[in-house]
Amino acid sequence: MPSETVVQQKPFAITLDVGSSLLNKTGTWRTQRPVYLDRLPPCNAGCPAGENIQAWLGFAEEGDYEGAWRQIMDDNPLPATMGRVCYHPCEGACNRVKLDDAVGINSVERFLGDQALKYDWKMAAGSSTGKKVMILGAGPAGLSAAYHLARKGHAVTIYESSPQAGGMIRYGIPKYRMPREKLRAEIARIEEMGVTIELNTRIDDVMQAKEQGGFDAVFLGIGAQLPKRIDIDQEGDTPMFDAVEVLRDTEVENLTKLRGRVLVYGGGNTAMDVARTSVRLGALQTTVIVVESREDMPAHEFEVHEAIEEGADIVNLRSIREIRGNSVTLEFMVPGEGRWPQPTGQFETVEADVIVQALGQNIETDFLERIDGLEVRDGIVQVDRGMMTGCEGVFAGGDMVPSQRTVTTAIGHGKKAARNIDAFLRGERYLPAEKHEIVDFDKLNTWYYTDAPRTVRPMLDVVRRQSGFAEVVGDLDENNAQYEARRCMSCGNCFECDNCYGVCPDNAVTKLGPGKRFEFKYDYCKGCAVCATECPCGAIKMVAEAI
Amino acid sequence: MTQIPESKQKVKFYQTGTFTVGNRLLDAEQRTVQATMDRSNSLDSGHRACQGCGEALGARFAIDAAMRATNNQLIAANATGCLEVFTTPYPETAWSIPWIHSLFGNAAAVASGIAAAMKATGRDDVRVIAQGGDGGTTDIGFGCLSGMFDRNDDVLYICYDNEAYMNTGVQRSSATPGAARTATTMPVGEDPGNAFNTGKSVPLIAMAHMIPYVATASVHDLQDLEYKVTKAMQVRGARYIEIFVPCPLGWGSVPGDTVKIARLAVESGMYPLFEAEDGEVTGVTKIRRQVPVGDYLKTQRRFAHVLKPDNAHQLAQLQAVADRNIKRFSLTTPEEA
Repeated sequence: MPSETVVQQKPFAITLDVGSSLLNKTGTWRTQRPVYLDRLPPCNAGCPAGENIQAWLGFAEEGDYEGAWRQIMDDNPLPATMGRVCYHPCEGACNRVKLDDAVGINSVERFLGDQALKYDWKMAAGSSTGKKVMILGAGPAGLSAAYHLARKGHAVTIYESSPQAGGMIRYGIPKYRMPREKLRAEIARIEEMGVTIELNTRIDDVMQAKEQGGFDAVFLGIGAQLPKRIDIDQEGDTPMFDAVEVLRDTEVENLTKLRGRVLVYGGGNTAMDVARTSVRLGALQTTVIVVESREDMPAHEFEVHEAIEEGADIVNLRSIREIRGNSVTLEFMVPGEGRWPQPTGQFETVEADVIVQALGQNIETDFLERIDGLEVRDGIVQVDRGMMTGCEGVFAGGDMVPSQRTVTTAIGHGKKAARNIDAFLRGERYLPAEKHEIVDFDKLNTWYYTDAPRTVRPMLDVVRRQSGFAEVVGDLDENNAQYEARRCMSCGNCFECDNCYGVCPDNAVTKLGPGKRFEFKYDYCKGCAVCATECPCGAIKMVAEAI
Repeated sequence: MTQIPESKQKVKFYQTGTFTVGNRLLDAEQRTVQATMDRSNSLDSGHRACQGCGEALGARFAIDAAMRATNNQLIAANATGCLEVFTTPYPETAWSIPWIHSLFGNAAAVASGIAAAMKATGRDDVRVIAQGGDGGTTDIGFGCLSGMFDRNDDVLYICYDNEAYMNTGVQRSSATPGAARTATTMPVGEDPGNAFNTGKSVPLIAMAHMIPYVATASVHDLQDLEYKVTKAMQVRGARYIEIFVPCPLGWGSVPGDTVKIARLAVESGMYPLFEAEDGEVTGVTKIRRQVPVGDYLKTQRRFAHVLKPDNAHQLAQLQAVADRNIKRFSLTTPEEA
């Protein structure tokens, strides 16, 4: 019978073969998915030269100092210099501040820069494009632009009016902060890439020089060299100088003008440089008159602190009212509501043999105004977002354009201008890559970082600082440079700690191997977000699924 | 004797310390089993545990480490419970090791039998693990477990402690802490939630059996967990490890917080990490950044009532539990240099 046949076809009991849970695609449960991303570390975001600090610290952590140095050189051609003179806004932005203390980025950069000089690491120029670029000024902006243009294969000539290259790094920053042999060596490395520097050469007619030299583009990086002087009611012949000329004299070893009781007028870093130079040159007494309060004065705290340590007096909330012979009348000031302190009508008198004004610098614009289309507003040269002035093919950067007027900003301007000049020479327009979102402290899981206090750099004894121009701040050695690099938390950028791979309850992360990072298995990921919570550096983001 | 054994990671690298799963600055042999590309994934993808399941995580951590320690010669017996249910819906299995389930209460006895069979057949290379949740261990399977300890059978019993019967709908077990809400200890009345001064500590009871090795571990501290499992597999006889595994469903917590909650439990003193040999405590894992128990409790809805002003006495009672653990195991006194 047919019904019996059916019954006999099926066995009495069924045992299925063992199946794997891999058949069960639990990824369908998910309402949000984890995504790997690189967020922008605050140090990188804060670097005016646009260095990828997190990346080069990563190389240094592994002991690959040359790799680290080459990563810096992608953005900044002068690491040994910047490791000394940069005011390191990166460290101010560092997330580690909220844990113990900022990573000593500046000291590691200096170590790497010095390693490069010690081992003679070089950079190669790009293959020749046949294009020629003229640069005015061998300061940080001009040198940076020249370096980056040379890497792209353009022929560069720098015209520099001073007898030495370096600009304000050489003529504005004293030797005790910037040893000249390091600066010289870093500039020489750029020259070896084929960049020509014509010293003692002043260009008065830019467009004529461009035409005569057959240049395809121009970069102006002449800085701000003219002292900004204010008129003070003065009778008698107490000599009055400017900070720029005093510092320049020191550099070229002219007979010093700083003798007896030296009064420096100004509250910026340049005023501190002059005061500390005055102490070293053996002035009887060095006093700095600052209009602002100690908190509001523009000089960096460590500069003020070191100046005081060396014996300079800082007198805050005073302005110079009049000078009668050697007697200088100061007016007491009180902090005003706005940025500028207010006078009180109360006075005191101090004695001075020499007065130095350190109240900032202006830009020499007379010869620039002859360039067609170039716009000067409030004494500052205007540029577009691509660093180009109103005159096509003429770019500008550094202190002469709107900027913070630091060496690092100038380096960044040089790089940015070079990229735009390169695009201009190819008839294109440079489009900067979109910036990643910044990773703030809240996105980190700092449990995973061990406590590690910052390394303190050695300082030269005060007595030796008062008597000469030896470098004040000492080096890190290899051990503590590497330690310092390893304090980096790698904010926002995966450093392959394996946490996501380890903490996934669903084994839904594939480790791709050293240097290759990880991949999610979205077939199985349930979207629990443990990986994102436990990522130490904030490199995983949860994104809602489209449902 | 609180000396750190050789195998425990001592190298201090500053970027990641010893706290991440892996660390590219470490030599390969100093990294965890979980950091290796060829880990056995004994409990593989496709299992049906909830999102952020602490037990699934703890089980892979422990069994992978045991597989490494035994050169992959491992058999596991499983008690009834979440771990059994979510890994083996017939005919699928998420286990890539020989694995057997019999009853809720007899995992220790089944494992003892397997160990005896291995001994009888001369397979001393094959090692045996029994595992279950806190319900199958501290309540239902407790008699078999005590017998296994008593006979000193060559089995490592691992209890994944999520402090209630989760599989059946979050009922209280003898591992449920005071004040915790479960389906059978509702937050009502003057002393809402589970009663204080009830339940038991099976690690301490295991120690009273004078078995060679007892330890507690947590899913937030992988190095410590792997070290303990590895050490347990280097010893013969009855061994017991209890692993703290948060349960997002039963505890009313965010799935992504599973590891974080385990960390807070340990750092607040609610769950002490220690190890004991032959009945004596021989090592404790120190609290690194102590937090008040409130920080731990507020991550879970089962303790929501404790943080209300009316129930301040319960918060104080739970803090007292943590303080007693800290004192009893010296969790905050600095390690000897």
